[in-house]
Amino acid sequence: MRDFARLYAALDETTRTGEKVEALTRYFEQAPPADAAWAVYFLIGRKPRQVVPSRKIREWAAAEAGVPDWLFQESYDAVGDVAETVALLLPPSEHSTDRPLAEWVEERLLPLRGADEEAQRAAMLDAWRAMDRPQQFVWNKLISGSFRVGVSQQLVTRALAKVGGVDAAVVAHRLMGDWEPGPRFLERLLAADATDADHSRPYPFCLAYGVEGDVAALGPVDDWVAEWKWDGIRSQLIRRGGDTFLWSRGEELVTDRYPEIATVGAMLPEGTAIDGEILPYRDGVPLPFAQLQRRIGRKAVGKAILAEVPVVLIAYDLMEAGGRDLRAEPFEARRARLAEVVARVGRPDRLVLSPTVVADSWEAMAAARDEARSRQAEGLMLKRKDSPYHVGRKRGDWWKWKVDPFTVDAVLTAAQRGSGKRASLYTDYTFSVWDDDRRLVPFAKAYSGLTDAEIARVDAFIRRNMVEKFGPVRTVKPELVFELAFEGIQRSPRHKSGIAVRFPRILRWRDDKPAEEADTLDSIRGMLPD
Amino acid sequence: MNADDLLKPTDAGLYCEAGGFYVDPWRPVPRAVVTHAHADHACWGCGRYLGSEEGERVLRVRMGAEAVIDALPYGEPIDVNGVRVSLHPAGHILGSAQVRLEHRGRVWVVSGDYKVEPDATCSPFEPVRCDVFVTESTFGLPIYRWPSQASVFDEINAWWRANRDAGRASLLLAYALGKSQRLLSGLDPSIGPIYTHGAVEKLTRAYREGGVDLPPTSYAGAATRGKSWAGAMIVAPPSAQGTPWARKFAPLSTGIASGWMTIRGTRRRKAADRGFVLSDHVDWPGLLGAVEATGARRVLVTHGYTAVVVRYLRERGVEAEVLATRYVGEGDAQEGAEAEAMEADEAEAAESGEAIG
Repeated sequence: MRDFARLYAALDETTRTGEKVEALTRYFEQAPPADAAWAVYFLIGRKPRQVVPSRKIREWAAAEAGVPDWLFQESYDAVGDVAETVALLLPPSEHSTDRPLAEWVEERLLPLRGADEEAQRAAMLDAWRAMDRPQQFVWNKLISGSFRVGVSQQLVTRALAKVGGVDAAVVAHRLMGDWEPGPRFLERLLAADATDADHSRPYPFCLAYGVEGDVAALGPVDDWVAEWKWDGIRSQLIRRGGDTFLWSRGEELVTDRYPEIATVGAMLPEGTAIDGEILPYRDGVPLPFAQLQRRIGRKAVGKAILAEVPVVLIAYDLMEAGGRDLRAEPFEARRARLAEVVARVGRPDRLVLSPTVVADSWEAMAAARDEARSRQAEGLMLKRKDSPYHVGRKRGDWWKWKVDPFTVDAVLTAAQRGSGKRASLYTDYTFSVWDDDRRLVPFAKAYSGLTDAEIARVDAFIRRNMVEKFGPVRTVKPELVFELAFEGIQRSPRHKSGIAVRFPRILRWRDDKPAEEADTLDSIRGMLPD
Repeated sequence: MNADDLLKPTDAGLYCEAGGFYVDPWRPVPRAVVTHAHADHACWGCGRYLGSEEGERVLRVRMGAEAVIDALPYGEPIDVNGVRVSLHPAGHILGSAQVRLEHRGRVWVVSGDYKVEPDATCSPFEPVRCDVFVTESTFGLPIYRWPSQASVFDEINAWWRANRDAGRASLLLAYALGKSQRLLSGLDPSIGPIYTHGAVEKLTRAYREGGVDLPPTSYAGAATRGKSWAGAMIVAPPSAQGTPWARKFAPLSTGIASGWMTIRGTRRRKAADRGFVLSDHVDWPGLLGAVEATGARRVLVTHGYTAVVVRYLRERGVEAEVLATRYVGEGDAQEGAEAEAMEADEAEAAESGEAIG
């Protein structure tokens, strides 16, 4: 635990990638395999289901610290993180623990799940009293299932590859899917031998950056395949060992949630892995993303919802066929084989080959892209014909080319403090537009898009111009105008404005514009699809 | 506030009607008693200042050569129009004082900014018994409990040493007045040469002239062009972060020393390589201890987490209220105060530029 807490501090202390990898490498080299396995598990963002509710952790910590509830809340407002607030408030500890991380997790943390409340409380107090402040902080993070430390999976992968002398792509692949942290896992993770037994394991997804500048700079249009960029759930459908696995991009196994796709999986030949997108789809036409949201997170899918929101898998790529890894082959060849697989399955209501967009010039391609919205697509994906299937996000071979977003000038009317890095700054904003009676009606929330300097200025404005408090929300004098961008727009009876937008974010601060000149609900309604 | 209070908030600051003077006014007034030389407590342009003898030089640097300053040794009372005024160490920066006022049997103490842990650069805080105690609340939340400064200096020196060994310079950001000199006193000069920013250098001189023992420093602006800064420690105000001036030391690692560095989010937001928890203000246990040591029956809480401290004291049976100063706002308006203080530093650095006399 001591070394792991030190690793956390070291990773937290630096913004330099090189130093982070170095700290990770140092840790993995000396940590016992069981500890290292748990460290990997937490560092790449896996978490055991929450064992103790945050509410309880707060309560016990406040009592231990002799701090009344309201004062805990004030402290939390300044810190923005329960685990950290607790560590800062607990009475100074004289102790520090030498016990290994794996022991803390396996013998102390995991057994807490399902234990009765009194036993949980006693165990938490024991743990806190045995640890110094940095250890308490890390422990709280592990317990509350919110362990994030500003290292990407890629950095962890790089460090592991370095320690094991294994190719980083192999490590990345072995980190996918379901695995139990333990000494044996670490052994397999760093094994030189590339044959892997786990047949559920998905491949790391190949991701794309957005096109920057002039698309013509990508070279001859003939070198590229264009497909629609769909707004669904990026997924991987795998058939191996007589079993079907459907993985979401968040590496969640969602096979049971989409039975229509699982049945297609059973029709695939042994040793197949397809990269695709789950889309709500009816009569050959995609439905709005809002429809799919009704199925996300729903574990039990009843007949009604299956009938109302049927889904398909739009097949983009074929990473494995006949049990062989095809990722190094050119995209064109992989796509040809994919077309064959899709045709053999013969269920166009369940598995659809991603349609391509053919154009003989970039101008024609741009014209096609303009149609994206009417097809419920976000734009185009451009893939170089001879590109391999990369691990992770790489620049050069695959590009997202989205249609320009909708934009609206809206007034800042309420704000809330952020959390984590933005704790104690007002960074979560509510924006409003003028309704038909010239009243401001909330229309979207947005968190990102401003520079740190702008955030500081907006924060100062909010503090000086608060009108009312509603819990953590402060209403603000309607004065500042921002240009917001968003991707999709839908009617929504659940929103006061009657409108729901996708991915709203701040494009820029319109300090040239008074609030009176912000957009109206009426003009926004004009953007609704027919 | 009550009608017969010894000090009353006015547009210009806290006014003592009986004595005809202000304490830490924020607008120029004929007669000011100042707790210390920070810009938010010592206002430029007053007719006459009364401050501690220990802080006279530093106050002079800030208020200008023309200013009329009456310097009073700690603990020595004088009579101002029938009000007995004395100054007592506040432990915040060199010469920082608590102002004790006695009039018709009532005793008020205005503590200005204060800190209870002693340090090598100023006289340590002394609790003063009083009826009414005016306290700051910059760090008035129980999450703020300072680690011992010895352990923080160890951390800073270890960071400096590691940077030196990696061929980097260390840029340490801290307020030009007070914090910078306290840091200098804790640096281990055997690690490497120490340089200062113009804004820091000027005040460091005033500290040395005031008898504070600090390790040798050189003014960074005086170095020759093309110099290698590897292994050097440079102490500069926070406003220097990210400026071309700071970049000339590259490759470098940047550290910030401030009480705000307690919070991880703040540390990360400042985008420095390291955050060191070191403050010249009182922490939560220190504040509660100081209040108790005064024996005050009434506590007035100014700038910082005023509402929090008032509520907490009241729940513990102490009569407490918020004292309306220009800092009154939401509980954490002190971030604004911090920003103002940084801006003040910035303005000063801009005025003096790199050229100091």
